[in-house]
Amino acid sequence: MTAITDVDHLIAVLADQQYVADRRLATSVFLALRLQRPLLLEGEAGVGKTELAKALAGALGAPLIRLQCYEGLDIAQAAYEWNVPRQMLEIRLAEALGRQDQGSLSASLYRREMLIERPLLAALTQERAPVLLIDELDRADEPFEAYLLEMLAERQITIPEIGTIRAAHPPIVLLTSNRTRELHDALRRRCLYQWVDYPDAARELAILSRRAPGASQRLAAEVVAFVQRMRELDLFKAPGVAEAIDWTNALLALDAMALDPASIEATLGVLLKYQDDIARLSSGDIAQLLDELRARELPAA
Amino acid sequence: MSGELAGNVLRFARVLRAAGMAVGTDRALRAVAALEVIGVARRDDVHAAMSAVMLDSHAQQPVFDAAFEAFWRDPRLLERVLASRLPQVADAAPAPAPRGNRRVDEALAAQSGSAPGPQRQDSETVADAALSHSARERLRSTDFEAMSVAEFALAEQLARTVALPLRPVVSRRFTAAARGRIDLRASLRAMPRQPDAPALAHQRRRRLPPPVVMLIDISGSMERYARAFLHFAHGITRRQRNTHTFVFGTRLTDISRCLRHRDPDEALALAGRAASDWQGGTRIASSLDAFNRQWARRVLTRNASLLLVTDGLDRGDAAELDQAAATLARWAREIIWLNPLLRYDGFEPKAAGVRALLPHVTAMIPVHNLRSLTDIRQAIERQRGAAPGAGFRPARRRNAA
Repeated sequence: MTAITDVDHLIAVLADQQYVADRRLATSVFLALRLQRPLLLEGEAGVGKTELAKALAGALGAPLIRLQCYEGLDIAQAAYEWNVPRQMLEIRLAEALGRQDQGSLSASLYRREMLIERPLLAALTQERAPVLLIDELDRADEPFEAYLLEMLAERQITIPEIGTIRAAHPPIVLLTSNRTRELHDALRRRCLYQWVDYPDAARELAILSRRAPGASQRLAAEVVAFVQRMRELDLFKAPGVAEAIDWTNALLALDAMALDPASIEATLGVLLKYQDDIARLSSGDIAQLLDELRARELPAA
Repeated sequence: MSGELAGNVLRFARVLRAAGMAVGTDRALRAVAALEVIGVARRDDVHAAMSAVMLDSHAQQPVFDAAFEAFWRDPRLLERVLASRLPQVADAAPAPAPRGNRRVDEALAAQSGSAPGPQRQDSETVADAALSHSARERLRSTDFEAMSVAEFALAEQLARTVALPLRPVVSRRFTAAARGRIDLRASLRAMPRQPDAPALAHQRRRRLPPPVVMLIDISGSMERYARAFLHFAHGITRRQRNTHTFVFGTRLTDISRCLRHRDPDEALALAGRAASDWQGGTRIASSLDAFNRQWARRVLTRNASLLLVTDGLDRGDAAELDQAAATLARWAREIIWLNPLLRYDGFEPKAAGVRALLPHVTAMIPVHNLRSLTDIRQAIERQRGAAPGAGFRPARRRNAA
């Protein structure tokens, strides 16, 4: 595992993974590594929260273990499950061998080998410290959040039948939330907190040049300017970085060298995901926005 | 150096605490550890590190930034300001009751002569229990307009006990039950205990009350009812954590956090300060639109039900209202409109605002007194039953299943 010496080093190794982090975010991640604290990332959809975990795992050379949250997620899917069919076989075997001792039977039913590891438990039993991504935690319900507390604070999971399992190599935990629900204070208190915002123009350009390398300088600059301008509009869902990357790739697929109203209109569905938003932007508006951006660029150039 | 640093961090933590952020000793200690890792050479690094440790949510960022800015300039200045402004806070642990706390005033007045102070709670309970059945009956049909403080308390109590007329949400979580799906893990655990008579354990999906979002109109025409509904909202919030309450007149204000306060008077006072447009005009359309844009995605999740409290008297454009209500209806599982104007028998949906809203709501219920609040369940079920085309299964049948 690569040892990270300081914030600048972290920014550099993340950049090697095609992730352009700003210094604020990198500082939080660095602290999470050093203080061994979970890091809670909040922000709009598509600003690169999940990508950060992937890039971090790549940069550290650590395995990435991902837990996608959803409503009703329970221990059996998140942490561990007993291998019931195998336990049944064990009972049948004991019967066939004529063993009567109940104590030894239940001890053999609840051995470690009878456990099926799910992501949370798997993160505690790795040979080397993994990156554990608990993605979109706001989608899980509150009881699950409460269950996470022990895992986050003590890096251990208690299984009633066999006891507590502690991590030999504590995982680096990243949690993400889109704020469809407020997370409980008890959970926030145990984490470092970082709000991930939309990137500024320079950083977004750097991201595009890495993630959509086929785009010409001009196209990338125009896409960034257009997307940044759209975030100022009163839209239901402003386009994120992920949408900007997709959009650039879509334009490339259409062989566009620069933005023009016709190709924008044809590909607007890549950028905006609500019909209300698409309907708001009539073709006249798009042309006007484009003119406005070109006019703004000219004096700068 | 290290001692100096720790002292400064603790001082900063105190400033943040005074600004209303939940910064405990654990956070202060963590902040010291963070600064030891990051160093204090670069100001932006220190800022990033401290906010990563101290913040709970993005909403606190402006407060934190202001405090950080001031503290960085002069670590002692802020403290001095705090000390001069709040002389008694340091010594007197319990904050003095704010003036105008009606419940405290009333309790003390009732107690004059007898032992003061600690028995306040008891006396209230006694007074409540002493409220005769007929008094309660009379109260129930008293219009909200004419209610006194004691009666508001009863409204609150009702809100806490009356089951809301909302369809339960079927959770994806299971709970032990006499019949239903077989729970293999529990069955197996029971087996060694009774190897001769193995019995299967069962489980079924849990049913929960849905999250509630209340939108309360506090404009001039709703003035008399708003207070009662805020008490009602407070009661629901106390009972159910996942309740969100917004008030609107000319603009939308989120008062959910205010209402989480245990004491109703305190909670309502906080809410009163949070919203600035009491008893003003109404702009329902723009308020609903603001809600759709900023909040719907965040609070109308998990099959939330929406309680809309308004008289529907809107000055704005009816087409806009229609549009906003249609969007709202797509987000919410059901919209229950509580309309205090409905009590007049002659009420007809003539106002443009009412006509624009009506097609998008699941049910419109008259609420103008406590009785109507307690009858709310039957009223909604009646309306659901009366609208066969609406695609609803009556709540009762689902409960019985």
